[in-house]
Amino acid sequence: MTMLSTNGDLRQQTADMFTRKKRIALAVPAVIFAYFVYVFIAFDVAGLADRARMDNARTLVADAYSYKTHVARDNRDAELLFAIEGSRAGTYPAGEYPEWVSVDGTNMVVDLGGGNFVRYLDDTLVTFESPDFDTITLQLVDDVVVTNLPDPAPSWVNASDTRVSITTDAGRLTYTRSKAEVFRYSNGWELFFFTLASPYHGAGLVDILAGPQLDDSRSNIVGAWQDFWGNTLWRHTDVMWALGETVLMAFLGTFGAAIIALPLAFLAAKNFAPVVAVRFAVRRVFDFVRGVDGLIWTIILSRAFGPGPLTGALAILVTDVGGFGKSFSEALENVDEKQIEGVQSTGAKPIQRYRFGVIPQVTPILLSQILYYFESNTRSATIIGAITGGGIGLFLTQAMQTQNDWEKVTYYIILIVIMVMVMDTVSGWLRRKLIKGDGEGH
Amino acid sequence: MVDLSVSGRTGTQSMHDSYMAMTRRKRAYGGIILGVFVVLMVTGFQTVDARSAGGFWEGLPRIFDFPAGVVTEAWDRIDRMPANLAQFFPALIETINIAAVSTLVGALLGLVLSLLSTRGLAKWPRLIPVFRRIMDIMRALPEIVIALVLIFILGGGPIPAMIAIAFHTAGALGKLFSEVAENADLKPVEGLASVGANWSQRMLLGVIPQVAPNYLSYTLMRFEINIRASAILGFVGAGGIGYELRNAMTFGMGRFDLAAAIFVLLFLTIVFFDQISSFYRNKLVKGYHA
Repeated sequence: MTMLSTNGDLRQQTADMFTRKKRIALAVPAVIFAYFVYVFIAFDVAGLADRARMDNARTLVADAYSYKTHVARDNRDAELLFAIEGSRAGTYPAGEYPEWVSVDGTNMVVDLGGGNFVRYLDDTLVTFESPDFDTITLQLVDDVVVTNLPDPAPSWVNASDTRVSITTDAGRLTYTRSKAEVFRYSNGWELFFFTLASPYHGAGLVDILAGPQLDDSRSNIVGAWQDFWGNTLWRHTDVMWALGETVLMAFLGTFGAAIIALPLAFLAAKNFAPVVAVRFAVRRVFDFVRGVDGLIWTIILSRAFGPGPLTGALAILVTDVGGFGKSFSEALENVDEKQIEGVQSTGAKPIQRYRFGVIPQVTPILLSQILYYFESNTRSATIIGAITGGGIGLFLTQAMQTQNDWEKVTYYIILIVIMVMVMDTVSGWLRRKLIKGDGEGH
Repeated sequence: MVDLSVSGRTGTQSMHDSYMAMTRRKRAYGGIILGVFVVLMVTGFQTVDARSAGGFWEGLPRIFDFPAGVVTEAWDRIDRMPANLAQFFPALIETINIAAVSTLVGALLGLVLSLLSTRGLAKWPRLIPVFRRIMDIMRALPEIVIALVLIFILGGGPIPAMIAIAFHTAGALGKLFSEVAENADLKPVEGLASVGANWSQRMLLGVIPQVAPNYLSYTLMRFEINIRASAILGFVGAGGIGYELRNAMTFGMGRFDLAAAIFVLLFLTIVFFDQISSFYRNKLVKGYHA
């Protein structure tokens, strides 16, 4: 009788539990979904389509793997200009031009490939020939750009009295009162190794290693090395310095923080702290420093130390003192008292007890934590560098602000990813060596 | 007899000698490593000091000038503090929302990635290295890189920050999740397979219940990190409290009460969520082991 009723109870309880579980299983996804709906509205995701600049995305992607050569003729003095990416370092010397241009005095024909030609004719007249549309003519008459374009102009043409730009897949023609300019896109990063000023531009690896001497004053390998590192456009030396600076910021910040946090952690650990009030105070300091967060420390420190890697290193240092202090004191609280007692039983003084009873126990844990922070701080240093202006973060933000150096942005991103992955691998390898077989890998 | 005692003595003696030699060698190695470390720290510091606009020793006395200025200004206009706090509260909510959504999305993505890259659980075992490399790259890309690129395309606002943080979170959590999933018991999975469950059913019913406490605990930890990250990304133009902070900083002297209000909000938020998250993490992990 009693058993039966218990049974009934149990059945009831189980049924209730299942109903509750079912409800939770339905409620959790429902709450998450409702939250997503709220955020969808709060972030105005629907309006994203209007705000998104897909043309920017196209420029970005195209720029990342190709380069453009600017070909221009001045409309006043008919001077011709050929420049890769329109930069000074990429400007062709007078009398030289890419092989897809044929020049005749102040006239020239630019072959954009695929049957597309831009012809620069006498007296500011420019024509754009293409198999896809009727030939467009452009000319400056009384300071007004006159064209034969139909009205309204096609969507790929942006025309006004002072400026006409024609964007096609083959290239872009911009005609303004001052000049007529064609952009021709080609694959690759043309000046990555050598600028046009260098005699090694256009030379292959074989030419440099085994070919005839290209520069009378230097041997090929030395000269190529010098010109590569001295590349004024890609600034390889500066970029490598910036990468080193970023790692250095992380290194100084992490290890500096560890050095400061270790003695403080003894004061904050329950089993070592001499005074309760001190322990409490030190813990609150750790909490405060961690709570203030790297962003605020960066701003505060940059006011005192100015822009540069020093601010970044110190910001990492200050923030991590809090993090290390907390985790070090936890590690110290978990030490095995038996080993300390063992050392004590041999008549060791307090300092010796710490040195031989505590330090050997915690060193692998602490080092592994320090390495873990070091690795994650390499990423933080990139971010802090972008805010304070130091290291590769600064290069990245600068390249982004110009909004047309996307090949450099791509290059920096690749370098950052490689840097972080190398740091991850090295620190992971070291950590595994430190805690061999311990299995407590963080 | 005499022979024996002599040989015994030499035995201990040689043991003692070799022990001392080993200790000396260990100490020498330790000394060399310490020396290299000290040299690296000192030269590194000097390099950084030389490459910065302001020097360390010139800056050190000025370190409290800015905090002192902010505090005095905030104190002078303490009556405005409630209004300032209220003014920036919506931005704070936006920052928290960015962190929360990106943590959720990142955790869901990380969950899928982790199951796909764990031996014994993966749907396509041959693709495990591929998914691992994908996660490595997602983890290696700092949020700011993705955020800046997306701001260029999508314009400022919370969405670029959200995508950037979610992307990084997916990689970071995916790795941690897959370490947990590696230790999951495969018996429930085999049981489910024997009754004809497909891959998603096996994962949902056989693996997720086992790993859920650890996954939740890691996700909460990530949420703490992401609140900080979303504040930082705001500073480079991605909306939220960080963006307001940058604006407040450009107002400069005279309007530091605004910056002070933001500092207070940010500090309280971070501490609040740290406490909540560590409370629930302790509960989760303890409840799991009990």
